[in-house]
Amino acid sequence: MSEPTETPATRLLAWLTDGDLRLLSVLTVSLFVLVWVLSFFSGIREPGRILSQIQGVAFIAVLYVMLALSLNLQWGYTGLLNLGVAGFMAIGVYTMALLSMPTSAAVPGLGLPLWIGIPGGVLVASLFGALVALPAIRLQADYLAIVTLAFSEIVRLVIRSQEAASFTIAGTRLGTGGTDSLALPTSPVKVLLYEDPSQPAAIAAASPTPLGDILFTAGEQIGASPAVMESLVYTVFLLVIAVAFFWLVSRIANSPFGRVLKAIREDELVASSLGKDTRLFKIKVFALGSGMMGLVSILWFLERGSVTPATFVPDLTFFVFVALILGGSGSNMGGVIGSLVFVVLLLESPRFIRRIIRESFDPPAPPETIFDALSGVDPLLGYFTSQESISALRFILLGIILVYLMQQRPDGLLGHRTEVASNVDLADRQQTEEES
Amino acid sequence: MSTRTEQDLSQLLRQFLLPATLVVVAGLLVVDLFRRLVTGAVGTATLATFLWDGVVFGMAIGLAGIGLAMTYSILKFANFAHGDYITFGAFAGWMVTFVVAGLGDFSLDLLVLVSGELSVADIGINVLATPLAIVLGLVVAAAATAALALVVDRIVFKPMRDADGISLLIASVGVALALRHVLLLVFQGSSRTLTTDVASVSVSVGDGAVAFGAHEVTLVVLAAVLMIGTHALLQYTKLGTAMRAMADNEDLARVTGIPTERVVRTAWLLGGALTGAAGFLIALESGTMNTSFGWELLLVIFSAVILGGIGSVYGAIAGGLIIGVASRLSLIWLPSELILAGAFGVMIVALLVKPQGLLGGVKTV
Repeated sequence: MSEPTETPATRLLAWLTDGDLRLLSVLTVSLFVLVWVLSFFSGIREPGRILSQIQGVAFIAVLYVMLALSLNLQWGYTGLLNLGVAGFMAIGVYTMALLSMPTSAAVPGLGLPLWIGIPGGVLVASLFGALVALPAIRLQADYLAIVTLAFSEIVRLVIRSQEAASFTIAGTRLGTGGTDSLALPTSPVKVLLYEDPSQPAAIAAASPTPLGDILFTAGEQIGASPAVMESLVYTVFLLVIAVAFFWLVSRIANSPFGRVLKAIREDELVASSLGKDTRLFKIKVFALGSGMMGLVSILWFLERGSVTPATFVPDLTFFVFVALILGGSGSNMGGVIGSLVFVVLLLESPRFIRRIIRESFDPPAPPETIFDALSGVDPLLGYFTSQESISALRFILLGIILVYLMQQRPDGLLGHRTEVASNVDLADRQQTEEES
Repeated sequence: MSTRTEQDLSQLLRQFLLPATLVVVAGLLVVDLFRRLVTGAVGTATLATFLWDGVVFGMAIGLAGIGLAMTYSILKFANFAHGDYITFGAFAGWMVTFVVAGLGDFSLDLLVLVSGELSVADIGINVLATPLAIVLGLVVAAAATAALALVVDRIVFKPMRDADGISLLIASVGVALALRHVLLLVFQGSSRTLTTDVASVSVSVGDGAVAFGAHEVTLVVLAAVLMIGTHALLQYTKLGTAMRAMADNEDLARVTGIPTERVVRTAWLLGGALTGAAGFLIALESGTMNTSFGWELLLVIFSAVILGGIGSVYGAIAGGLIIGVASRLSLIWLPSELILAGAFGVMIVALLVKPQGLLGGVKTV
């Protein structure tokens, strides 16, 4: 490999990659400027509506950041190939619903408060994580991948079955709602902003709490509806939790526990030869990561207000993997950056681009078949900008990117990122030893 | 000291308690089955129908699993794109079957797209009415999937020969996503009906009758022929010996002068052809298909292949039959929605008890 010549571009790149935080902030700003530009060109011009778009993208981005961090614990640090992310997410949110839905609801729960429901969901998700890790301990990585994928499908199939849709335990009627969408308890942010949070947003907005009043009036200035302001508050709240996730995962990575995890990834035999009970470490980290995934999913769907089992197809798991691998698995900052890039460029921008194409070229309604589409430029554009086609194209692009990354950049877009495994500077310690 | 005890405990759990529990559970199920048969809750004809359905499903899964086991044993990675190879084969084959059967009477565009808008009753495809179209479709399904497997190998997997199994696995997930959605983009998502009702032979059993449909029989017979052919190829040809040698020890095979790259190509060719044929036959038997049916079968096929000992071709066939029969028999106890969940559960338990698979340990491809 030849030494790259110094150009302003490489110098800029060097400046940017100099510090992780600087890279992150520059990247975040440019990605969201891009979202702004995209929504502007797709005909969304009012500040309130643009804010709503940016908020929507940011919400998904923060969720993926948290999911990627959780997966990084299992896959990045420990090398456990967990293809069951969607399953643990489903367990988390559905357990929360079973615990906390009011007993009077159409699909009733136990009616416990959220402060029991949320930890309950997280706990059950991590218990299942430990349970799935048990057979996996002695298995090769590819077996683990298949087992976890099968597990996540079992979870999804059970949740959507008639048997789970509504059942009675000890005289109490419970249920998952089957294939239908399941209503979830009122989000804590709603409670914070509305006097009467259980009402639909339009009615509840008429009687805000003092805090809600301040925010809604501020929103009105730029034409943002109370619903947008509510989601914005929720996103900020998620951001705080994401920072906590980052702190937690980084702490773990730099702890003696984390060093064992990395040792397992690099060479399990060596780790166990050094007297570490690698099986126990694997179970613990699997349980922890799965619990975190459960929490993310609870927070995600509490905001949405409802959840369906169809969300938890394996594609969701693959999304999280692409996000993590993009930035470079094994590095937390890589996971964060990868998730941002993934969500903005791959997950969200296609729908803006579709709108822009439709706005500017006004293609006809999508032709019935691909042969009709090939009859001219306009029908072709119409065919490929249909909702289904854009979604399919997005998946094709994702697949190609996965293959490209595995072939060319297995360490992620940012290249190999080393994280110091020790929490004290080794050079420092050498000096101290010399002094003594 | 404590770790030692723990290890002994887990050893005990694995080697004695778990298998013992399984035997007890299986015994209880058998007893319950007898009780149901005696009390008439389950008729003998129902049971026989479940068994026959299980054999049909099992042969389909077994045939589809051979290709997966073959590439696993030679390239040492779990190919997650395998399910979409099945779909690809089915679409390629049915495209030809539709064109051959319906050319002249229907629009070529719709025939090529195996469009759901075509009236199946008018084309009237089934194995008795249009055998030529079916045979041509089967041949094209095999050929096209073999070609696809080779092309994907050339573009995706060949540059990664030195990569570890996990990188290859993730790359194959990428292939799976891309391939499935290319099919979706071209053929669109709606499920389509392929065949008209076909004659069946009824055999009376106990209190009723079991119907052997022509399409089911076709699938079982052709799958058996292809399996025997694969067996002969692996056991009695030089190429088969080379493949088995490479599955056992790649380095040793290479120093013996076996052209490993050629063996890899042959494995894709052969595995791809069998996979495509399986896809075509599965669609023939079920009479419907959509662009994601192969992906939805993938985990069942994995279950079969793992049950038989991943990487063993015979294991794949045996595992397929076990999964097939077990999943249909489980209808006696489980609601039909949960059969698949049950099959995956069987796989996870099998991995717990015998991670090397039923026929594992002996790597004869």
